[in-house]
Amino acid sequence: MATVSLESKTFEKFPDIVGRHDEVNYLNHDHSVASWLFTLDHKRIGLLYLVTITLMFLLGGALAGAIRLELLTPKGDFLTADTYNKAFTAHGIIMLFFFLIPSIPAVLGNFVVPLMIGAKDVAFPRLNLFSYYLYFAGSVIALTALLLGGVDTGWTFYTPFSSTYSNSYVVVMASGLFVVGFSSILTGLNFIITVHRMRCPGLTWFRLPLFIWAIYATSVVQLLGTPVIAVTLGLLGVERVLGVGIFDPRLGGDPILFQHLFWFYSHPAVYIMILPSLGVTSEVIATFSRKNVFGYHIIAFSSIAIAVFGFIVWAHHMFTTGISPYAAMVFSLLTFSVAIPSGIKVFSWLATMYGGSISFDTPMIYAFGFLGLFTIGGMTGLFLSTLGTDIHLHDTYFIVAHFHYIMVGGAIMGYMAGIHYWWPKMTGRMYSEFWGKLSAGITFIGFNFTFFPQFILGYLGMPRRYYEYPDEFQVLNVFSSAGASILAIGYIMPLFYMTYSFFFGEKASSNPFGASTLDWTNTTSPPSPHNFEKTPIVTEEPYHFHGKEAAVVNH
Amino acid sequence: MATTEHSTHQPAPLSLYLFTFGMLMFLTIVTILAGFQNFGMWSTPIALGIAAVKAALVVVIFMHGYSSSPLTWVIILASMFFLTIMLGLMLSDYMSRGWAM
Amino acid sequence: MSTTNETIQDHGQHHHKDLAHHFDTLEQQHDANTLGMWAFLLTEVLFFGGLFAAYTIYRYKYSAMFEEASNHLDITLGATNTVILILSSLTMALAVRCSQTGNSLWTGRWLLITIAFGLMFLGVKYVEWKHDYHIHLMPGKDWSGKDWWHWQYAKKAKEMDTHGKGAGHSYPDKKDVIADNDPSLGVRGIQESQQARLFFLLYFCMTSLHALHMLVGFVLIGIIAYFAYQGAYSPEYYSPVENIGLYWHFVDIVWIFLFPLLYLLGAHMGH
Repeated sequence: MATVSLESKTFEKFPDIVGRHDEVNYLNHDHSVASWLFTLDHKRIGLLYLVTITLMFLLGGALAGAIRLELLTPKGDFLTADTYNKAFTAHGIIMLFFFLIPSIPAVLGNFVVPLMIGAKDVAFPRLNLFSYYLYFAGSVIALTALLLGGVDTGWTFYTPFSSTYSNSYVVVMASGLFVVGFSSILTGLNFIITVHRMRCPGLTWFRLPLFIWAIYATSVVQLLGTPVIAVTLGLLGVERVLGVGIFDPRLGGDPILFQHLFWFYSHPAVYIMILPSLGVTSEVIATFSRKNVFGYHIIAFSSIAIAVFGFIVWAHHMFTTGISPYAAMVFSLLTFSVAIPSGIKVFSWLATMYGGSISFDTPMIYAFGFLGLFTIGGMTGLFLSTLGTDIHLHDTYFIVAHFHYIMVGGAIMGYMAGIHYWWPKMTGRMYSEFWGKLSAGITFIGFNFTFFPQFILGYLGMPRRYYEYPDEFQVLNVFSSAGASILAIGYIMPLFYMTYSFFFGEKASSNPFGASTLDWTNTTSPPSPHNFEKTPIVTEEPYHFHGKEAAVVNH
Repeated sequence: MATTEHSTHQPAPLSLYLFTFGMLMFLTIVTILAGFQNFGMWSTPIALGIAAVKAALVVVIFMHGYSSSPLTWVIILASMFFLTIMLGLMLSDYMSRGWAM
Repeated sequence: MSTTNETIQDHGQHHHKDLAHHFDTLEQQHDANTLGMWAFLLTEVLFFGGLFAAYTIYRYKYSAMFEEASNHLDITLGATNTVILILSSLTMALAVRCSQTGNSLWTGRWLLITIAFGLMFLGVKYVEWKHDYHIHLMPGKDWSGKDWWHWQYAKKAKEMDTHGKGAGHSYPDKKDVIADNDPSLGVRGIQESQQARLFFLLYFCMTSLHALHMLVGFVLIGIIAYFAYQGAYSPEYYSPVENIGLYWHFVDIVWIFLFPLLYLLGAHMGH
C-alpha cells in the first residue's frame, strides 16, 4: 500500500535522460513583448490563454461569491433582484464560454498536443494565434457588456424575454459570444487537422495517448455545434434590433424554436467542457498508477461516442417547456444512452488503478476527486433524464448541483489535475507538493460543502435563479455559502504557489513523473522552441512502463 | 513522415468541367419546370433531390471530390449527417405535437 | 517561433520556398490546407443549417402562407442568379485548373471573371431587394404601426394583377394600405400577415448571409488573384487557389438549395 505524505516526491525517482534545463527553451529564447504577442509557437499561445482565462475565472468566481453572499439570507438584502439576475447571468456566461470551454483545449491542448504526437507545431500556427485574439476580443466585448450594465436573461437567453422585453445589453453580449465562438471553432479545426496529418512516424491511431483522442472528440463537437449557436445569437440580435418576430409569439414567432436551436449547441457544449478532462484523467491515472490503461480501445471509442451521442439529446433541457410527449420520450431514452460511455470510462480507470503502483501526487489527488465527483454528477443526471422526476426537479437547485458537480467537480478538477501534471513540462519547475496536495484537499472539501446541500435544496423545491427563498431553506444555504468560501481558498492558493514556483521552484527534469508519452520522454522541461531535436519514431502503444521511462526509441 | 492520402493532382480535362456545367444548367431548368408542377406531398422531396444531384456534381467534379481523400468524404458525409439530425429531430418534435397520447 | 527555423530541417531536406517550417513535405502541407478548408466548410454547413432549420420548422407550421408569400418573389430573377452563380463556379474551377498547370496569367483572369459574375449576382439581388422594398415586402423596424409590412396591401395587389412580377405592374396607392395589426383584418388576417412576414424575414436573412459570404469571397479571391498575377503559384504550390475554389463552390451549393426552397415553393399554385 503506497504511503501518502504531503511531501512525497515522485520526481526524485526518475533520472533525467533528456536533460539540459539551462539551454535555450521556448520561454527564454526571446524575451521581447512582441515575441509573445505575435508568437506562432503553440506553447506560448497556450500560456497566453492560461493567463487570460485565469483572469476570467477569477471574475466568474467573484460573481459566484456575490451570489452566495446574497443567498446567506432568505430575504433579498445584498443585491437588488435585477442585479442578482445580472450576477448569475454573468457568472454563467463567463464560466462557460470564457473559462470552461477554452480551458483544457486552449491551454493544455495547445501546449501538449503537438508534443504528444511528435510534431513541430499545430497544422495552422497563424490560425492558432488568430484564435487567441478572437478569444481576447470576445472577452473584451463581453466585459464591455458587463460594464455597460450587464445582461439579465440568464446565460440561456430564452425568448421572448431576451428578444423583446429585456432592457439589458443582450446584443453586445451576444456579439462577444459570437466572436469567442469562432475562437472555439478554429481551435477545434486546428486540432483535427493536426491529429490527422501531423503525427510522427509510427504513431498510428491506436498508439495515440488517450488525451489526444479526447481532444480530437472535443474538437469535432466544437466544429459541429458552435456554428449553430453563432447563427442563433445572430437571429436573436436581428430580432432585437429590427423588432421582427422570429422567436416572439406576439409576432408569430416560436420561442421553442429558439430553445431547440440554442440547446442543439449548448448541450454538446457541456461535452466540450468534460471530454478534455476525461482525457487528462486517463493520462494522470496511467502515469501515477504506473500501469497501462485498462480498456484503451474502449476509452478511445467512448470519447467518440460521447461526442456523437451528445448531439442527439439536447431536448432534455426542454422537457417542461412544451415539446411533444413523444419527442420527450425519445430524448429521454437517448439521454440515458449517453451516460453509458462515461460509465465505461470510470470503470476502466478503476480497473487501471487496480494492481497498479499508485503514487499520490497532486495531479492524482485531483484525479481521485474527479472520479468521485464526476460519478455523482453523472448519476444525478439520470434523475433529470427521467421524465417524471424531471418535472419536479427542473429549474430547481437540483439542476444547479448536478451541473456544478460535473463542471466544477468534474471538468475543473480535471483542469487542475492537468495544470499540475504538465506544469513541470510547461515551466521547467516543480511546485510545492505540500501546497498542491493541501489545495486539492481544500478544494474537494469546499466543493462538497458548497454543492451537496444544493441537491437537497432542489429536492425540497427551492427554485434556481431566485434571490430570496422561504426561511426553511436557510440552513442549507448557509452551509452552501460557507462551503463556497472554502472552495474559493482552494482555488486562490494555486495562484500563489504556482506563480512562486514559476520563478523560484525547484528545476524539473525532463520526466519527473516517469510518464510514458512523447511529450515527457522526448522533450526537455521546458521544451525547446521547435519541440524535438529529431522527429521521434513510435514503435509501441502508449502507457508502457518499463524500468526506464522511455517507451519509444529515438533514432 | 505523417501519412498522407496522396492522390494525383493532375488537372482534369477541360471537357469534364464543361460537361458538368452543362448538366448543372440542364438540372436548373428541370428544377424550375418541376417547381411549376403539382406533385402534392412529393414536391419538396423532388426539389431537394434535384438540388442534391446538382450539389453532388459540384462536390465531385468542381471541388475535386473524385480525387479527394477518404477523410474528405468523412467530413462531407458528417456535415450531411449532423444537419439531418438537427432538422430531423427538431421536426419530429413539431410533427408529433398533435398526436394523441 | 524560433528564429533558427531554417536550420531545423530533419534529414537535411532542401527547404522549398513555399514549405512552412512545421510541415515535412509540400504534399503534407497541401493535404493539411485542403482538409482545413473542408473542415471549415463543415462548420459553414451547420452555420447556414441553423437558418435552414428555422426555415424548415416555420415552413412546416405555416406552409400555406409560405407558399403564398413565395409567389411574391421573382422567379425569373432568381433563376438568372442561379445561372450566373453556376457560371461563376465554372470559371472558378477553370482558375484552379490553370493554377494546377502553372498558367499564372489565366489563373488571375479566371479569378477576376469569377468576381465579375459574383458582382452581377449581387446586382440582380439589389434589383430584387429594391423592388421588394418598394412594394413593402421588407419586414419592418417596429411592429406597432411604423411597420412597413402590409400584407393586405400585397394581397390586394395580387388581386389587382395576375402575379407579383415586379416592374411593369402597378401597385395600389399608399392610401389603400392597411397596417398588419389592423383589427379589421381579424385574427386570421393578422396571423396570415405574420406568417408571411416570417417567410420574408427568413428570405432576407438567408440571402443576406449568403451575400455576405460572397462579399468575403470577393476580397479573398481578389487577394489570391493578385498573388496569382505575381506568379506566386505553381503546380507544386497552388493550394490557396484550390481552397478559395472550395469556398466559392460551397457558396454556389448554398444557393442551389436556396433557390427552390425560397423561390419555387408556391410556383405550383399556377398563378
